[in-house]
Amino acid sequence: MLFLLTLLVFFTFVKAEVIRVFAAADLQYALREIAELYMKKYPEDKVELIFGSSGKGYAQIKAGAPYHVFFSADMKYVESLYKEGYALKEPKPYAIGRIVVWVRRDSGLDPSQFPQVLFDKRVRKIAIANWEHAPYGRAAKEALESYGLFDKVKDRFVLGENIAQTASYITSGAAEIGFIALSLTKSPKLEKMGRYWLIPEDKHKRIVQGYTITKEGKNVDRFYQFVESSEARKVFVKYGFVLPGEKP
Amino acid sequence: MIDLGALWLTIKLSLITSLILLVVGIPLAYYMAYSKSPFALILEVITTLPLVLPPTVLGFYLLILFSRNSPLGSLLENLLGLRLLFTFEGLVVASVIYSLPMMTHPLISGYRSVPKNLIEASWTLGKSKLETLIRVILPNMKSSILVGLVLSFTHTLGEFGVVLMVGGNIEGQTRVASIVIYNAVEAIDYKTAHIYSAALLLLSFFSLVALYLINRRWFL
Repeated sequence: MLFLLTLLVFFTFVKAEVIRVFAAADLQYALREIAELYMKKYPEDKVELIFGSSGKGYAQIKAGAPYHVFFSADMKYVESLYKEGYALKEPKPYAIGRIVVWVRRDSGLDPSQFPQVLFDKRVRKIAIANWEHAPYGRAAKEALESYGLFDKVKDRFVLGENIAQTASYITSGAAEIGFIALSLTKSPKLEKMGRYWLIPEDKHKRIVQGYTITKEGKNVDRFYQFVESSEARKVFVKYGFVLPGEKP
Repeated sequence: MIDLGALWLTIKLSLITSLILLVVGIPLAYYMAYSKSPFALILEVITTLPLVLPPTVLGFYLLILFSRNSPLGSLLENLLGLRLLFTFEGLVVASVIYSLPMMTHPLISGYRSVPKNLIEASWTLGKSKLETLIRVILPNMKSSILVGLVLSFTHTLGEFGVVLMVGGNIEGQTRVASIVIYNAVEAIDYKTAHIYSAALLLLSFFSLVALYLINRRWFL
């Protein structure tokens, strides 16, 4: 028991000062790049990134997870956190996301033939993020509904826990086609591997993405502000995000 | 360069867990192996539960138990400043529960395999129960102890469902190897997934090889 206690004391002692960020999975590549830029500029800080669905981040922060900054893929989750007293800063939008129909190049499918392509006989499974807690899944569901197709294709859905997992279902061949974030298709790996078609923005509610500093976040203002710097904005644009207050 | 920090963290977690289990398991299994009370039977069932229960069920209950809103969670935090949710300490507690049967099962069968007359002889010669345990029983079930240690070590290595529920994927704290593999597949980073998977496979394989080798030599 003494041994265990010594260990416990040890572990609490060696915890380094870090900026721990939970981010929606559509930021998988963009935020990694922004964090690298930030750490190059401020080498004394260490940014740790954790990706998942926005709903999961919201639930974990409420349960007391030690995340300092939270990037949600919508405004709803950050606003609820703020209202319930789990966030220090009033949530701010950082980017507007877009959804695409995505296929692997070697599937021979043409995503621009959406929505007919969903009924191509080669399409057995359709990947979509779980709309209960993933904003991109919600947007995909709305888009399918506005085409009047949701009920016709839902039998063939495979649900991803977040948008990155949804993409991995298509890259691994588990699904032939799917709905993912434009930002993911801009990563070098996916860009080489697949083709996308941008779903018109009037087919779903805008995916306005917001971020905030959680109750746990002390001394993270510098990173919080860096997200709005011109360097960071360039990265967001590179990954296909539309910036708040700007026209696409 | 692939960051192997999570691998060391996993090994550290597994080592600490199996050592704690050894300390907890020896008296617990002693009671379950020798007591004739109905409570011992119930205890045996309860300690076996983590073996058959889906890890997510265990994880869900621990999530509720560890939460700051629960009586236990708030007590620990206010009294000791100890948080169990999303921390390494919490993973240790969760792993101890999760791997408990991996330790108690071999120990119980070990206790029962020690000839009764040996134990009684020691008692008649005036040795106390504790001394009999340390000098007679435990040395006669060395291989069971080893099996318990290796099984709880390897079982904790591969823990996933429970960690996913109460760990939260924090670098240096709760990001264990199985979580890294899950994330890497999600990020289509198969290289990392391969390296970590191979490391876990080899680690488990050689732990078992070591176990069987030592066991054979002991019986020869």
